[in-house]
Amino acid sequence: MNVVRNAYLALVALFLVGPIIVISSVSFNSRNFLSFPPKGFSFRWFVEIFANEEWFSALTNSVVIAFSASLLAVAVALPVAYAAWRYGIRYAKVLLSLGIAPFILPPVIMALAFLLFFTTTGMYGWFVSVVISHTMFLLALPLVTISLGLESIDRNLIEASHTLGADDRTVFRTIILPMALPYAIAGFAFCFVLSLNEYIIALMTVGFTYETLPIKIFNAIRYGYTPVIASIAVLFLVVNVVIFGLIAIFGNLPRMLGALEE
Amino acid sequence: MSDQPSSASFGRLLTLVPPSIAIGLFFVIPFSLIVLSSVAHQLQSGDFVFGFDTAHYERFFTSIFIGRAVYSAILSFSIAVISLLIAFPFTYVLTGFSKRTRTIWLVYILAQLSLSEVLIAFSWQILFSRTAGITNLAVWLGVLDKPFSLAPSALAVLVGLVYLALPFAVLLLFPALSRLDRSLIEASQTLGASPVRTFFTVVLPVSRPALISGGVTVFVLTLGAIIVPQVLGRPGHWTLSVLITDQAIYNSNMPFASALAVILLLMSGAVIGVVGWLNRGSGK
Repeated sequence: MNVVRNAYLALVALFLVGPIIVISSVSFNSRNFLSFPPKGFSFRWFVEIFANEEWFSALTNSVVIAFSASLLAVAVALPVAYAAWRYGIRYAKVLLSLGIAPFILPPVIMALAFLLFFTTTGMYGWFVSVVISHTMFLLALPLVTISLGLESIDRNLIEASHTLGADDRTVFRTIILPMALPYAIAGFAFCFVLSLNEYIIALMTVGFTYETLPIKIFNAIRYGYTPVIASIAVLFLVVNVVIFGLIAIFGNLPRMLGALEE
Repeated sequence: MSDQPSSASFGRLLTLVPPSIAIGLFFVIPFSLIVLSSVAHQLQSGDFVFGFDTAHYERFFTSIFIGRAVYSAILSFSIAVISLLIAFPFTYVLTGFSKRTRTIWLVYILAQLSLSEVLIAFSWQILFSRTAGITNLAVWLGVLDKPFSLAPSALAVLVGLVYLALPFAVLLLFPALSRLDRSLIEASQTLGASPVRTFFTVVLPVSRPALISGGVTVFVLTLGAIIVPQVLGRPGHWTLSVLITDQAIYNSNMPFASALAVILLLMSGAVIGVVGWLNRGSGK
């Protein structure tokens, strides 16, 4: 029984990690074409991401979009999650569901909606359009993490501080904000990672004016290979692992994933 | 604690004004535009004017597109079943690991889940290629005479989509399997049931709601896949999502793209709704 179990585990693990191993070995290839097993060893394709103007500008675009969209998403999510949790305002709960909806639907639906909206308002191709679109698409993530964080706060604590004479503002600043902050940061991180990797919404809002990294990669795989793509895949995976690793170290990852009820 | 709205509630509602504007302006309006545009008149010039024209829906029902929608649904359903079959035993074992090993796996699975579909399609394109693919490995092992290309093909699309869905399936099953009452398993084994029997008679029935909601999520996720069918498949393997992109960007037919998007929305909504209804009462 244990032999079967271990063989099965090894197979699934190989299926999950195998492609990543192949990509990494291609990315350290020293030749100009893709080959596996790789010929030679070099970091030239990693240097290329930063040295080549086109790849570097795509990287910069993606990082700026991801950072601004995540910041905006947390700013929009915080008051909604707070009002829904603290006062149980029905309207806030409606906003909460509306904010989560775009993330659940197939992304092409929202991509098309944004394309229609921004061509109608004349904002098609503006840099700010993709930032707004990513904010709305990924809003669900901070909404969910912040709500989880708020639910972990003991309401007796708030009662007690009110009894001791603290007003709403003081309670928010001294109890709620410090306790919800790690969850807000986690929401920011989830948003950042997913925005960095998002393709179709970026394509439909700014695809012909600004190139983000996923758009540039897609164009590159259609019109010929370059090992730079493999090195970007490795770079992205490392960034993802570092960010989620930090959440695991400083936050409560199993709780965020819903494993513990506490 | 739901304080009833009083004089203080005005201040509370004030903080909801900016989020309301954001959600109203940039979600509700764009979303309504899809519905409006799906019944708009398409002009020869490639532009469209709003109106009430059901031509795009008629075109959907009388052309190959309805076949593509059925194909997309069957494909997504198959991917949901396959990835749950692979993920369920894997997640079950995963929850029994030490906290450290479990966390490392969760971090890796989250990292893979977030990896752009573009990069996943690219990775599998290399693995399926003639020059650098897995057939080279088979040649090296002496199984094959010479390497060949495995993509584009239906199998390549299937493998790519399962790879895309698997991390989601694992993470969606993880909460239910972590909370699984281990004493139930011990009881079953004390009473003499084999581990296999315990798995089928105790673990599987208890996890039914998680399996169903996980299946729905993977179904909707696969419906939304856009790059994998394009890169690893032929045009005959394209799903509804790819066709919507094609209509909107390369054919400049926004009304027809919108009509297809409404169909896609109804398909996702119907599955979410029906399964939510079936799952009511069970679970939490």
